[in-house]
Amino acid sequence: MFDILTYPFMQYALIAGVMVGFLASYYGVFVVQRGLSFLGDGLAHAAFGGVALGILLCVQPLWIGVPFTVIVAIGITWVRNRTRLASDTVIGIFFATSMALGIIFLRLTPGYSPDALGLLFGSILTVNPLLDLWIIAVVTVVSLFTIPLWGRWSYATFDREMGMVDRLPVLRDDYLISVLIAITVVVSVKVVGIVLVAAFLVIPAATGRLMARTFSSMTWYSIAIGVFTAVVGLLVSFRLNLPSGATIVLTQGLVFVIVMLLTQLALGRGTKRREAAPATPKNTP
Amino acid sequence: MQTLEARNLSVRFNGQSILQDITCHADEGEFMAIVGPNGAGKTTLLRVILGLVKPSSGDLLVYGKPPQDADPKLLGYVPQIKTLDRSFPALAVELVVSGIRHRWPGIIKPEERSRALDALEQVGARALANRALNSLSGGELQRVYLACSIVRRPRLIVMDEPATGIDMVAQKTLYQILEDYRKNNKSTVVMVTHDWGIANHHATSVLVLNRDMIDFGSPKDVLTNENLAKAYGHAGHPMLPIIE
Repeated sequence: MFDILTYPFMQYALIAGVMVGFLASYYGVFVVQRGLSFLGDGLAHAAFGGVALGILLCVQPLWIGVPFTVIVAIGITWVRNRTRLASDTVIGIFFATSMALGIIFLRLTPGYSPDALGLLFGSILTVNPLLDLWIIAVVTVVSLFTIPLWGRWSYATFDREMGMVDRLPVLRDDYLISVLIAITVVVSVKVVGIVLVAAFLVIPAATGRLMARTFSSMTWYSIAIGVFTAVVGLLVSFRLNLPSGATIVLTQGLVFVIVMLLTQLALGRGTKRREAAPATPKNTP
Repeated sequence: MQTLEARNLSVRFNGQSILQDITCHADEGEFMAIVGPNGAGKTTLLRVILGLVKPSSGDLLVYGKPPQDADPKLLGYVPQIKTLDRSFPALAVELVVSGIRHRWPGIIKPEERSRALDALEQVGARALANRALNSLSGGELQRVYLACSIVRRPRLIVMDEPATGIDMVAQKTLYQILEDYRKNNKSTVVMVTHDWGIANHHATSVLVLNRDMIDFGSPKDVLTNENLAKAYGHAGHPMLPIIE
């Protein structure tokens, strides 16, 4: 099994998978607890528009994809804060518009665009050392910058109003989180593809939520599951000759189902134990 | 010393008047109740005190400064428990420590835990320290929120309908704890409530609102049938027999 780790392309793929798994599952806890699960999907489709523009202009797609997606993320947050529209409505508008732009850009691109399929479904096994370095740099910079903000973001995630009363920059952080999620999504697109990228943000964090009693443990569980499923999914996809992005997401889904069944079982046992326990006499000191 | 002073305060949103010409004050150690019907602007006034909404005209000062410039450490805010996100995984002790740090705690230092346990002890909720917030009853949760507020030893406690959704016994305990804290620490309490009986029993001053200021003064002078009729448009408030 582990002989495949000797292949350079597999090493590059594993590095990219671990990095993206770490970053997406770290932001995932905020995405899940703030009810922004649809944001990942919306930004992934916005990334499609940006990357398609890059293909049309014959430049490295990610150079256009990152700023394009960041602008869409800022636009979504701005409209959400300034209007009475619900988050999912605003995201849906930007999602569809960006996707439509992407389709038009690809249609205008002369000749066949093999990158487009890779964008939709991911192509982690084609990750090269340069892209790995790029991903490592983004993950390191973004992590160093934002991990110290965990306590502030978590506090406002728990209660926005309490954060505002304590003079935390809650509105500015809304924009910052959206921009960083946009960067995470664009970086993840190469690994897992636009169609499935939202899973990286949602499934590890949701699984962590099932296991955790505290928000810090939810964050640790989410990161561990994000990294673990990226490695296992990648190895399984290679062994069974399956699409890597889809296999990683299926691994995440499987872990979620197992954890959910185990937690339900544990809850059931706890209830039965309480019911079976003799009632404490009222006069017991 | 004056904790809070509003002079001819008005708030308008989108051309609509939410609060009109409010003048009131609360001195150190006082308990001011803000009462009025739904939509009277009570919560908006609270948000002005908390520095979340700016007045359209007039002014409101907290310790002599606009609320936005007041030190947040002087302020303890107890929100309505119905706003709690019950899907957020958290222990009671973490919420109380967040009151010290103004951040959510990852790892709790021993001295922070000790301060948090002391605050929980003061509200009679030490046993709840390691309970998940989503497993607490309304009354228990309200006491934990109060501990989160008093752990920073605030000089002004602002509460938004703290008794909503909790039973009579839990309400009585909550108000007793609040009274004890206020008297022992000479802190000021400002509370929005629908309950005229509570305002009558606990408050040292009462502000009756219905967008306009109807009256402000001692409970005895303000909680009258005439003001009740002005605020609610009728004299059938269920708490009236308690006041009489």
